[in-house]
Amino acid sequence: MEIIGPHRRAPAADVVVLTLPLYRSAPPLEVTLEDFELFALDRLRVLKGISDGLSRGKKPEEMEKLVSELWKANMRHPQASEEVNKDIISHFVLRLVYCRTEDLRKWFLSMETTLFRYRFRLQGHEVQRALMAEFDLSYKAVSNAEFESVKDKLVQVARSMNHQPLPSASDTFFKVPFEEVPELVAGRRVFIHKGHAYVAMNQVVSLVVTQFRSNLSKALILTNRKWTSTIREPEKDRLTPIVEALCTSYLGPDYSQPREFGEITIKEIDQVAKSSFPLCMQHLYEKLKEDHHLKHGGRMQLGLFLKGVGLKLDDALAFWKAEFSQKVGSERFDKEYAYSIRHNYGKEGKRTDYTPYSCQKVISSTPGVGDNHGCPYRHFSEENLRAALGKLGVSYRAVEEVMDKVRNRHYQLACSLTFEAVHGSSCDAGINHPNQYFSDSQKILQSKNNSTG
Amino acid sequence: MTREEVENGRDDMLIDGCEAEQRLGNAVPDGFNVNYLKVYYGKLFPHGDIFKWMSYGNDGKHPACDQSYFGRREFSFTLDNDIYLRFQSFNSVSELENSIKEKCPFKIDIGPVYSVEPAKRNAYTPDKVIPVERELVFDIDITDYDDVRYCCSGADVCLDCWPLMTVAIKVIDTALRDDFGFNHILWVYSGRRGVHCWVCDGKARRLTDEQRAAIADYFRLYKGNENNNKKVSLVGHALHPFLIRSYTEVLRYFFEEKLLCSQKIFSTEERFEKILEMIPDESITSELRGKWQENRRSSISKDDINVVRWEQLKHMLQSKKQKAQGLRMCVEEIVFSYSYPRLDMEVSKRMNHLLKAPFCVHPKTGRVCVPIDPNCCEEFDPTTVPTLSKLLEELNMGGLRADVDNEWDRTSLGKSVRFFRSSFLQPLLKSCKEEMESSYNSKLQQSKNSLSW
Repeated sequence: MEIIGPHRRAPAADVVVLTLPLYRSAPPLEVTLEDFELFALDRLRVLKGISDGLSRGKKPEEMEKLVSELWKANMRHPQASEEVNKDIISHFVLRLVYCRTEDLRKWFLSMETTLFRYRFRLQGHEVQRALMAEFDLSYKAVSNAEFESVKDKLVQVARSMNHQPLPSASDTFFKVPFEEVPELVAGRRVFIHKGHAYVAMNQVVSLVVTQFRSNLSKALILTNRKWTSTIREPEKDRLTPIVEALCTSYLGPDYSQPREFGEITIKEIDQVAKSSFPLCMQHLYEKLKEDHHLKHGGRMQLGLFLKGVGLKLDDALAFWKAEFSQKVGSERFDKEYAYSIRHNYGKEGKRTDYTPYSCQKVISSTPGVGDNHGCPYRHFSEENLRAALGKLGVSYRAVEEVMDKVRNRHYQLACSLTFEAVHGSSCDAGINHPNQYFSDSQKILQSKNNSTG
Repeated sequence: MTREEVENGRDDMLIDGCEAEQRLGNAVPDGFNVNYLKVYYGKLFPHGDIFKWMSYGNDGKHPACDQSYFGRREFSFTLDNDIYLRFQSFNSVSELENSIKEKCPFKIDIGPVYSVEPAKRNAYTPDKVIPVERELVFDIDITDYDDVRYCCSGADVCLDCWPLMTVAIKVIDTALRDDFGFNHILWVYSGRRGVHCWVCDGKARRLTDEQRAAIADYFRLYKGNENNNKKVSLVGHALHPFLIRSYTEVLRYFFEEKLLCSQKIFSTEERFEKILEMIPDESITSELRGKWQENRRSSISKDDINVVRWEQLKHMLQSKKQKAQGLRMCVEEIVFSYSYPRLDMEVSKRMNHLLKAPFCVHPKTGRVCVPIDPNCCEEFDPTTVPTLSKLLEELNMGGLRADVDNEWDRTSLGKSVRFFRSSFLQPLLKSCKEEMESSYNSKLQQSKNSLSW
């Protein structure tokens, strides 16, 4: 048993692995059915908390604090020695739960990787080195002579990032193939020379996380195969119901099928666009009416949203054609654009019924020249955003509150505030999905109609 | 205008053809049509070189050769009338050549190497048909620079705006070689308004989508969209070494020596206002504005007005630099905004994106997509590349000859094909062979070792 006292001794490698497991093989442990479910629920609370934090655009330091708090609140066990077991068991139960579809795997992979990232960051350097060795990432540190030869460049990189301490000869750097640290390359956070990236000790988390992610991604595919071939049937009275119920409570509703308000027709779009579209969609809608054209990103974002709102395929074709044919002619519309609309509705190609974009997806898109998609709170300049909010009739004071959220990169909170200002009623759940904005708005408008009418 | 009509009108084309026959001599009228293209594919298009390239040494006799390699590559043809044939694949150079001659595609696109022959993909379940290799590619299109070029817009290019492409080639090519360590890089004129880049090292072909996206993001600086004026934002106290090098070695020179005057960046109020918008200091902008509006009335200076105003702006920003934080990078931001490469990110990010093959003829311009030598890309002139009609004229000049293999040799295409071979194909195939040999030997060694145990 390990006793955690105020004076922690320098942890040796074997202790390290116990406190932050890499989940490489399922544990040979016995678990009661009750713990099986309870542990999984506790871990889900952590992952859900992480998901919320990410969608609010929390900064790395804030995320670190959040993860540490979530972990303490949910993953403690009355017996300290059981804590690691709880960690491992809950992870493997959720693997079963979230291996079953592409969307579930994606969500789980992303949240578990984030969890691992921040838990890793909270470890000391020695522990981190030991974990690198566990992953077979035993790169040699850059020698002093080599450090001196590239020092200028390393200093430039450090200076180009705010808050990064300037490197000195006593710091450890690793030279690794650039392919192994994609996120550091993408953010220009490393110096790269002839195919090698110089990774500082406080950046090795990227290296380890890439590895963790790729291992887990492969493992989820295998688990899925195993689940369908050998677990689901034999366990259909015992584990299967638990597993199948666990994932539904936390992924949020699926907006690929319009539900509450059924269908809308072309004639109604104009009116509901004004009353119930979130700013991102209203903007695309107006641009489409103005230019009779939208680039690919805009067509996808608005097209799938309209599908979620309840526009049927035939109406969608008519709607887009009415606009596009004014610019490119109806023949070119049929030839070049109609396919992708049918595609969105699962009538072409892979025949996948595509889901409308969530806020997270819209926020993380990268609109370029000529593009009008994306999240206005994130992608508009301050001036343009103010103008757009003004057009919605948002009061001066509310605009200032929205801008304040935007400056702190809380784009979804900014959207929630806009919702409240426009509808004059509160939005406690926050906005997570453009289609949720729409349906919440419709609910409010209908109840207003009912009370006045 | 007349060219446009000729392109669109089938009847005009026929009349053109008759005229050609009536004319004496070797002159071939401008334009693009199936008959011209047939001759081009029959006598000039370097089928064999494309095959050699796309085989990457696997067409040899070495025991390590993968004979199925070329056959798993996707080609896609765009025929007359926009008929689009995807997933074409061929098992030999003669299959490729015969199909091109027979179908006479207006455009040939090259896709990835799949796990199975694309032509037979329907015989497999979708999860067995996956892209396994693909060159790292870049697509740069001058229409994406429309907000910073005043000479042309849309699909037009001229020698005043082409330097933007020269800058892009220099910046990207240097980074691919020096930073990422790639060696086998082919630059190609896209036939009308941009350039394509093919990175063909084995290491590049095997990059995952995530790694491709990371490289594309490494190059991404331009963040502007339709709703945000700030095109480039250089945060931090300093620039990343890659950006410093691009700035000092390429951008500053091209901006000050070429673009400033050729694009007349400061010549009108509308244009200089766009630059003043990028300076976040009211006192500076109003002082400069005052000077320039006055200066318009009494301009007797011999120096170019753009140069004068740029020097004034630089002087003022530099003298006030210490006072205001936000002004630190202002000069650089302006230069980057007006000259830094703008990539079509999606093309680079994903393995299964198609890209037009070199040596195709652009249907709208009749120009051949010839390779560009990055070492002297300043000399490349898009308006003088070989056109279909010019090549046919040159063929006619030589009179009828018995079928010889290298008919391109006596046309102006000869230079391009020779460059393609000597500067790209030969060094590439040499290193493919070396790579093959060394991986074969190490495999041999391994099996020997395992036998001796």
